[in-house]
Amino acid sequence: MSAPTAEPSEHIEETKGDVTYIRTEKDLPPVAIVDRSPITARHKLIFGAVAIVGAIAWAIIAFFRGETVNAVWFVIAAICTYVIGYRFYARLIEMKLVRPRDDHATPAEIFENGTDYMPTDRRVLFGHHFAAIAGAGPLVGPVLAMQMGYLPGTIWIILGAVFAGCVQDYLVLVISTRRRGRSLGQMARDELGAVGGAAAIIAVLAIMVILLAVLALVVVGALAESPWGVFSIAMTIPIAIFMGLYLRFLRPGRVSEVSLIGVVLLLGAVASGGWVAGTDWGADWFTLSKVTLSWCIIVYGLAASVLPVWFLLAPRDYLSTFMKVGTIALLAVGILVARPVMEAPAFSQFASNSSGPVFAGSLFPFLFITIACGALSGFHSLISSGTTPKLLEKESQMRLIGYGGMLTESFVAIMALVTAAILNQHLYFAINAPSAQTGTTAETAAKYVNGLGLSGPPITGAEITDAAKSVGEHSIVSRTGGAPTLAFGMSEVLHQVFGGASLRAFWYHFAIMFEALFILTTVDAGTRVARFMLSDGLANLGGPLKKLRNPSWRVGAWACSVLVVAGWGSILLMGVTDPLGGINTLFPLFGIANQLLAAIALTVVTVVVIKKGQLKWAWIPGIPLLWDLVVTLTASWQKIFSGDPKLGYWTQHFQFRAAAEAGKTSFGSAKNADQLNAVIRNTFIQGTLSIVFAVLVIIVVLAGVIMALRAIRGKGSELTEDTPVPSKIFGPSSLITTSAEKEVQKQWDALPASHAKSVGISAH
Amino acid sequence: MGRTTRVARQIRWYIGALMGDSHYRRYVEHRARTHPGEPLLTEAQYWRMRHDQQDANPSARCC
Repeated sequence: MSAPTAEPSEHIEETKGDVTYIRTEKDLPPVAIVDRSPITARHKLIFGAVAIVGAIAWAIIAFFRGETVNAVWFVIAAICTYVIGYRFYARLIEMKLVRPRDDHATPAEIFENGTDYMPTDRRVLFGHHFAAIAGAGPLVGPVLAMQMGYLPGTIWIILGAVFAGCVQDYLVLVISTRRRGRSLGQMARDELGAVGGAAAIIAVLAIMVILLAVLALVVVGALAESPWGVFSIAMTIPIAIFMGLYLRFLRPGRVSEVSLIGVVLLLGAVASGGWVAGTDWGADWFTLSKVTLSWCIIVYGLAASVLPVWFLLAPRDYLSTFMKVGTIALLAVGILVARPVMEAPAFSQFASNSSGPVFAGSLFPFLFITIACGALSGFHSLISSGTTPKLLEKESQMRLIGYGGMLTESFVAIMALVTAAILNQHLYFAINAPSAQTGTTAETAAKYVNGLGLSGPPITGAEITDAAKSVGEHSIVSRTGGAPTLAFGMSEVLHQVFGGASLRAFWYHFAIMFEALFILTTVDAGTRVARFMLSDGLANLGGPLKKLRNPSWRVGAWACSVLVVAGWGSILLMGVTDPLGGINTLFPLFGIANQLLAAIALTVVTVVVIKKGQLKWAWIPGIPLLWDLVVTLTASWQKIFSGDPKLGYWTQHFQFRAAAEAGKTSFGSAKNADQLNAVIRNTFIQGTLSIVFAVLVIIVVLAGVIMALRAIRGKGSELTEDTPVPSKIFGPSSLITTSAEKEVQKQWDALPASHAKSVGISAH
Repeated sequence: MGRTTRVARQIRWYIGALMGDSHYRRYVEHRARTHPGEPLLTEAQYWRMRHDQQDANPSARCC
């Protein structure tokens, strides 16, 4: 922590009351403020009131029965818990574990180049970080988890974020910032040694491939047989290309301007989609089967990953950032104005058994797997390391960015959960049960869901068809994957506030379009990142493969892209052709993969904490790590060894194989020999992947345990933290600037313009 | 300056900084501070360099 600085530098401290001002150069204003003022009576009252209101909201959610809980209580419970968590738990972590040093320069300041390294205003960086971590994940997981009722999901999303997800994001950001913004893979190699590091890198790559496959599967589930949806998402491609050309040749740098034009065009595309889908040619061109659609996404993913960034990826990213912030705000306003009432029970009958149609498995561990993003998402560690430290202005801002950013994502997940919980439960299961159960028509679906024993009056086939018609679709039966359910719920909320029943179909397709937009952006970017990891990894093998290290060698880049796309593409095709329903079997694998990535990140963090001699506080990342390991390894264990064919991939595999060997042509959900072989092949791949993930993570964790034990015995390898460089800029720590910070900011602003300023992008 | 103009300005500043409109200006300021008098990239060249960099060193988007 207090390693001596290499270069001679001044360190002048000046204390006035509870506030200490630190300068690194005597002619410059202070670069850091350490405020030790005790909490004021006013703040005590405010936080006391927040805690009481939060407790009331929690009590209403948890104990009020009769299915008439208002959605607003969820919003209140969430926000109050976040405020308390941020003010007290995050502050504890900051004080005991992080101990930010604002007199040390961040990577953004050290390497500032006006391009990718840029100290950025904390509020702007918060927006950046949030846009990078939030996507379709927190919207989809809570919807699927609604199968078990709203209460378990709500508790996990809120408490999981406060004690696990935010802690991971925050602490990964901390250790990466103190290592010049190194990536998670590099830090794993540095801290865990060669074997642990190599296992971590392979695990990250394998996990990315499965994540991309399942996200693509969600898009396919939302767009199949929906000409309106396919048309509006297809239009994003020419719109993005137009934006790319505009920025490159017409008006470079006018990003908000072109994004605004893009959003208007996009809304036009969604609005005109209904008309296009109504024409003969429109229905003809844009009604695509799941398999065709999968091939379209595979070809698109490959093309997008080898085309130059400015042409498609960058403009599409601008669009998706704009849409993300806008839509989430819109949904929050919608929920607060419409104040819908819960239709789902607190606990459904599927909470206590493992026979739920949406995803297989019991509440523990599978609920905690299904809701990954929004509570604890390992993927975030890839953003918190590498990307965000390059823009971070001050160490003390990491709490706002890392912890606060994840709290915001958790809030998005709560809104998604509310949106699914206000739907008629019969309708919910008609949309989310696989077609093997619902039998694809409205009548068979009605019969199936009425047989589930749900609360509320039974539904008729005509009612299901009417629901589909109300959002401009022919059918909504077995539209699995979560996205259509969320879109349906959003149209329910938003049409009450904006536009009435006539805009319902528009809002549905608007929601489908933005989810697909996020996911396709993730698929583009993820394919590129995975390609780079792959070429980097292969180059390390040496020999002729060393050539791969040169990023301008196009043949190598293309070959690696093809390999990555083949990886996720084949899993995607496997998912769409699976007679058991792809989401039902693959989504748990997605959750396990994401949470195992979190285990790797938390292992690295815990080892660093122990190496620094902070064993006493190692429980802060240690408890979420332990919980995450218990959850994911139990889930992996069940997926590999469970004797229940609904749950265990291998039991299923051997049952179907035995059936095939006995000469049967149909067995279980497989209706013919092809489907039988598909199940045998798919369960083999899924089972193998489960084993690979679990083994890799166990290797990483063992490497971590060995390193930690060595460190405790005092024989540990050295910490790889870089020598601090004195900072020469200033920036406020929290969202709200304190009076001491305002004072110092004024002194910096008064300096001549040529001087190293704080962040030169302030509003004045 | 009225309150509304101030708020409008803040919003404009925020969106501009978040989306990247002000990045070129920051680059120019940075060069003026660290390498005064040296040639600068034009805005179009600057964005070409930014995008090439993104090509060579992709960053992930989360799920």
